[in-house]
Amino acid sequence: MTWQATADPADPAGTTAPPAISVRGLSKDHRGHSGGVQALAQTSFDVAEGEFIAVVGPSGCGKTTLLKILAGVLPASSGAACLRGTPIDGPRRDIGVVFQSPVLLPWRSVLENVLLPIDVQRAGRDRHTQLALTLLELVGLREFAHRYPGELSGGMQQRVAIARALIHDPALLLMDEPFGALDAMTREQMNLELQRIWLERRKTVLFITHSIPEAVFLADRVLVMSPRPGCIVDVVAAGIPRPRSLEIMNQPQFCAAVGAIRARFHSKGALDA
Amino acid sequence: MPRRTGFALTAVVFCASVVLGEVIVRALDVPAYILPPPSKVAAALWRGFASGLYQKHLLHTLLETLLGFVLGSLLGFSLGAAVALNRYVEYLLYPYIVMFQSVPKVALAPLIVVWFGLGLQSQVVNSALVACFPLLVNTIAGLKSADEDRIDLMRSLAASRGQIFWMLQLPTSMPFVMAGLEVSMIFALIGAIVAEFVGAQAGLGVLIQSMNFNMDVAGQFSVLLVLSVMGLLLNRCILLVRRWILFWDPSEKAQRLDRKRLAV
Repeated sequence: MTWQATADPADPAGTTAPPAISVRGLSKDHRGHSGGVQALAQTSFDVAEGEFIAVVGPSGCGKTTLLKILAGVLPASSGAACLRGTPIDGPRRDIGVVFQSPVLLPWRSVLENVLLPIDVQRAGRDRHTQLALTLLELVGLREFAHRYPGELSGGMQQRVAIARALIHDPALLLMDEPFGALDAMTREQMNLELQRIWLERRKTVLFITHSIPEAVFLADRVLVMSPRPGCIVDVVAAGIPRPRSLEIMNQPQFCAAVGAIRARFHSKGALDA
Repeated sequence: MPRRTGFALTAVVFCASVVLGEVIVRALDVPAYILPPPSKVAAALWRGFASGLYQKHLLHTLLETLLGFVLGSLLGFSLGAAVALNRYVEYLLYPYIVMFQSVPKVALAPLIVVWFGLGLQSQVVNSALVACFPLLVNTIAGLKSADEDRIDLMRSLAASRGQIFWMLQLPTSMPFVMAGLEVSMIFALIGAIVAEFVGAQAGLGVLIQSMNFNMDVAGQFSVLLVLSVMGLLLNRCILLVRRWILFWDPSEKAQRLDRKRLAV
């Protein structure tokens, strides 16, 4: 199977199951001091249950705005987003978010940071401590459970953030350029780790990035966004079988998908902007 | 250099400067009512403590300072929290707080003595008033310092306003609050002494004034020494609490490293 570009962004590639996320005509206007700015324009797409979706786009195209609306921390101006059939109209407890920076609380130990969603939801720390340790095992930080975030490297901190986003067993994992601040080597390592975690947990993931290879490497489908006001202009499915190793980045199938997305940007003159 | 050598060096420098002071004052024949030699100050100190006079006044001032500090801190923190967390309180109170802040609080001491009399109350009230402001200002700054990402994180977890306060804003404000408490403690001591100057029945400030009337300069120096040691120890107490609370704060860690480097 080779990469394919579907013209209709609302059609999930090759799935008939009901969508985990369905976004319809989503728009967002930011009102600033010097008039409004449209950050997101008429965006529609579906994500199937257990699917890994990456969103790529130039800086300032509204990727983060989209994520914040899905996380329920930012209201949409128009349109609707639904998670498993219920509309997202505020923060909800079945979504896990990993931000650009790890956002760990320095006065909590690694274990306590992972348990933060449990504390907020008053779900009982005792009952979840074992799960938290299992998740730390999953991200390879079991022996750091009682250390403090200040003692960890950037990559380790981001792995703690991933464990934290999984602790309350969310239906959806939102990731906003989680590896953007890491160096290239650590970043590739984290991509492999994330693939391993995803293969084990099979969460529905929406992963925002500005790295095209990263998007193609990780995702089932890549949503390509236009410059501001952002909307989805293309959907690319690489269709490379998993588990994917770093070597697949040299395969023609991979390069073709990356090339197609890159060409899409260049035709818009957005990549240099 | 090991820690013990560091202490030894400090002690040697201290002794040398005391001896030097003694020699200079005697050689230049400075009258004792202008600048007493260290030996006379030491003698006054000994006499004061041997007679039990200093202990009595010291305890009085210490009590005023601690009560003033606790009351002032409670007032400063709760007012600061109210202003930082509630926009209406901010609109209503903040202008007056800024206005009141620019008044030198020690200028209020005579008024407070008129209102509260010569007893402990008036010194505690004055001490609390002076001590409350540094903490008030720092609490406002600290509670507003939680960054956008962390607030987004808490909101994405559907945290309530109370949870955001207890789990995020309060711990975030602690470095500011501890710095405020450090200043407040010293300000509480200043407030207590000023109130004693204006009118009181006991305390180290009262002692300084009566010695001043008797031209007992060596005595005044000895009381100043007691006051500075008291201020130093009070400050140390706050630093210990700070280190215990802010174990996670990078600036606290940096300070500890600095101290280690100095001691080495």
